[in-house]
Amino acid sequence: MLGVLVGLCVFFSFITFEEQQPVGKSGAERLVETIEAEFSDLGSVILVGRNGDEGRAFTESLNQRLGKDGWEVRAMVNGGPPDLAKALREAFEGNSTVSLMACEQAFSQLPLLETMRKANPAIAEMRVLYPKPYGWPNFLKTSNLLNVANQIAVIAIIAIGMTLVIVTAGIDLSVGSLIAFSAVLATWMIREWMGGPEATALGMFVGCLLAILVCGGLGLFSGSMVAFFGVPPFVASLGMMMVASGLAYMLSGGLSIYQLPESFDWLGRGDDLAGIPNAVVLMILLYFLAHLLMSRTIAGRYVYAVGGNSEAARLSGVPVKRILLWVYAGSGALAGLGGIVMASQFRSGDPKYGLMYELYVIAAVVVGGTSLSGGRGKVFGTLIGAFIIAVIQNGMNLTGVQSYTQKVVLGLVLLAAVLLDMLKKRGWKLSS
Amino acid sequence: MHALKGVDFDLNGGECVALLGENGAGKSTLIKVLGGAHQPDGGSLEIDGQPMVFEKPTDSLDAGIAIIYQEFNLVPGLSVAENVFLGMEPNDFGWVRMSEQKRRVEDTCKRIGANLSPSALCEDLTVAERQLVEIAKALVRDARVLVMDEPSAALTKKEVEQLYLLVDDLKSKGIGIVYVSHRLEEVERLADRAVVMRDGERVGELGREELDRRRIIELMVGRSMDQEFPAHRRQPGEVRLRAHGLSRGDKVRKVSLEVRAGEIVALTGLVGAGRTETARLLFGADERESGEIELDGNSLSLRTPRDAIEAGVCLLTEDRKDQGLVLGLSVRENFGLPNLESFSRRGWIDERREGQSFSGYVDKIMIKVSGPNQSAGQLSGGNQQKVVLAKWLERNAEILIFDEPTRGIDVGAKYEIYQWMNQLADQGKGILMISSELPEVLGMSDRILVMKEGELVGEVSNGNEVTQESLMAMAIGANSGN
Repeated sequence: MLGVLVGLCVFFSFITFEEQQPVGKSGAERLVETIEAEFSDLGSVILVGRNGDEGRAFTESLNQRLGKDGWEVRAMVNGGPPDLAKALREAFEGNSTVSLMACEQAFSQLPLLETMRKANPAIAEMRVLYPKPYGWPNFLKTSNLLNVANQIAVIAIIAIGMTLVIVTAGIDLSVGSLIAFSAVLATWMIREWMGGPEATALGMFVGCLLAILVCGGLGLFSGSMVAFFGVPPFVASLGMMMVASGLAYMLSGGLSIYQLPESFDWLGRGDDLAGIPNAVVLMILLYFLAHLLMSRTIAGRYVYAVGGNSEAARLSGVPVKRILLWVYAGSGALAGLGGIVMASQFRSGDPKYGLMYELYVIAAVVVGGTSLSGGRGKVFGTLIGAFIIAVIQNGMNLTGVQSYTQKVVLGLVLLAAVLLDMLKKRGWKLSS
Repeated sequence: MHALKGVDFDLNGGECVALLGENGAGKSTLIKVLGGAHQPDGGSLEIDGQPMVFEKPTDSLDAGIAIIYQEFNLVPGLSVAENVFLGMEPNDFGWVRMSEQKRRVEDTCKRIGANLSPSALCEDLTVAERQLVEIAKALVRDARVLVMDEPSAALTKKEVEQLYLLVDDLKSKGIGIVYVSHRLEEVERLADRAVVMRDGERVGELGREELDRRRIIELMVGRSMDQEFPAHRRQPGEVRLRAHGLSRGDKVRKVSLEVRAGEIVALTGLVGAGRTETARLLFGADERESGEIELDGNSLSLRTPRDAIEAGVCLLTEDRKDQGLVLGLSVRENFGLPNLESFSRRGWIDERREGQSFSGYVDKIMIKVSGPNQSAGQLSGGNQQKVVLAKWLERNAEILIFDEPTRGIDVGAKYEIYQWMNQLADQGKGILMISSELPEVLGMSDRILVMKEGELVGEVSNGNEVTQESLMAMAIGANSGN
């Protein structure tokens, strides 16, 4: 499956290959190289960048680097064409001249600049340089890759629980509804009990934790149906799916809950660790924990044994019912966590969240190589499966495929991925 | 690894050839080649002098070869008639000619002396009846060669007798029969010839007059074996396990028994007499409705197998594939399953220690595995049983219940398992052995319990006066009241 993922990445890299304009600090560094190559003497310079973080980073770094080299920085402009025009007029007032305008690519082609150069020969003499463009796939841009990871975080987090459930030869259809229920319950509690927009970090944490625990409790309920009453997991979780969705609508009255503090989006939109979104960090952390749980602990061994053959496991002393209970509770709690992440991404809770998500989650698990008949599967396989889905969606967004078409393609690609995996296991024979 | 190496095999019409060999000798592979389920790398296949190539199972069926596997190929929810004609229903444009189908099934059943209703559902039939359905299926398809894989393994004594008569009858109709079996006495009874295989090769053929148990065993294991059962001498000690008045439904009714330290107690009776059910109550696999269980004088409540294992009672199930092992896990993981507490710290498994411990048993009880990470499903029956034995030995259980410990296991591994049972008894463990094989019961046990229809009907000390016949008489209640 890793091969499929890599293949998809290569494919989308290839077809999204485009000329890129360097921006921000890296753009500045690239431009300094050009300037050092083109100018043997020092001179005076105007630095021009757009408003905003990247534009500022661009002019700041240029200022620092060129200043160190010994350039005379006449002006630093961050803004639109009018700001540039004003700066140029000031710089060329009287007889003073400027030898270089170091700008972002967009400024070099402004009609306004052209007009001013025609009107004033001194300005026409000024060199205009911008960072050299380079070829790079849109898909492989850091910002896009982080975006892919952030988009899939909710599904990937929930897919951990689903992997465990499917390894026990079960299924949990309730996770999509639990996303909605958890998002609504957490935001409702923050609005009603924690003071809404004035809620403290502790208040938000407690609200979210309670929502996750309640979802875990609902999972535990499905699990007890399966473990103690022998209700087929499909039916038990189908029932819970309806219950949870209904509860979400009842609690919210069918409306979005948005009376939340600004900082509520910390989990879904923040990126505190080296620019990596917090949700992605959480996702990676959870995958490592789940991998250790499944491969190194007694509990993990028991989960595989229950899925492989529950009677043989029971007769070997495995507490089968307890394992089933915990696995479904875990799936519920992770779905709850997924709901919190989604609520944080949108900074609101809505009963319409998570619609059909159970199917995407199951798809991620199955594409990741976990057998629906139980006993077999790896959590990292699921992570790869989730990324395959995310990469396909993202790649189609980048190449402008319509959203309806996207669904068709996604379904076909999933089938192809699973088929490929089965063929590989059989040694490339059509029937076993 | 070659599963088969240059094996020659021939069969005449109206002849019964026994195919013998230890597990892993290549019998199943040979059958699957005959049945078109596996394709050979080399060699040729002829029927009536015509060269044949089987690419899929239906090819061999069309050529007149029917295989009856141990796990039958029947659809449980369909009727006898539907199963017999599955895939070849007499029809008009897709509409099944029901009356013709029914009549032909009835005719066929009459031919093989089977008293079966064409409309009965296969899931309601006994194992013996299902076997008859398979035979009827073969006959309806005009099979001229019938390959039967361990056909008597799950049958009662009486059913086995009927099977013998049927085999004789089919032979007289000119059908050639390949009979795979571990039971030497039935080979002596049925076969015109026996072909013996070992390690994928044909190692010998014995004619009717040469069919001698010792000779067969020698060929199968490749060494002479003086006895089928190892010698032992024991002096049982204190009572270790005591059960009083165990009951559960009709299957187990007021069963009381004792197992002493250093004693092997055999529990025998016909299939369905409630022996396995009794063992499951002693192991907590089913909950008892009434009765007491004591181990070394302490009462046990036993609500789950886990309770029993913690108390020191363990069960080696009859069905290793479905109940003894998790086939998808490796042998090491199966071995570790009841022993994880000792291989772990705060829930974290130390796989190295687990592997080392398992490797010790690989040497000690000679388990043939490619390594500790081999999947349990890939092992032969004998080696699977050894893995099960290893996991309970590591657990250091005090009471070991063996349910048909040697069923489906080749002669060599059987002998080794018997030796281990004796050794465990010598260490002062209590052993309860459920077995239908009367020679095994007589050869291994110190005391024999006989069950019939859920009740304990007899208890004898093993000695010279006990014979297979006297045990069988108790099991079927021929001279009840003794």
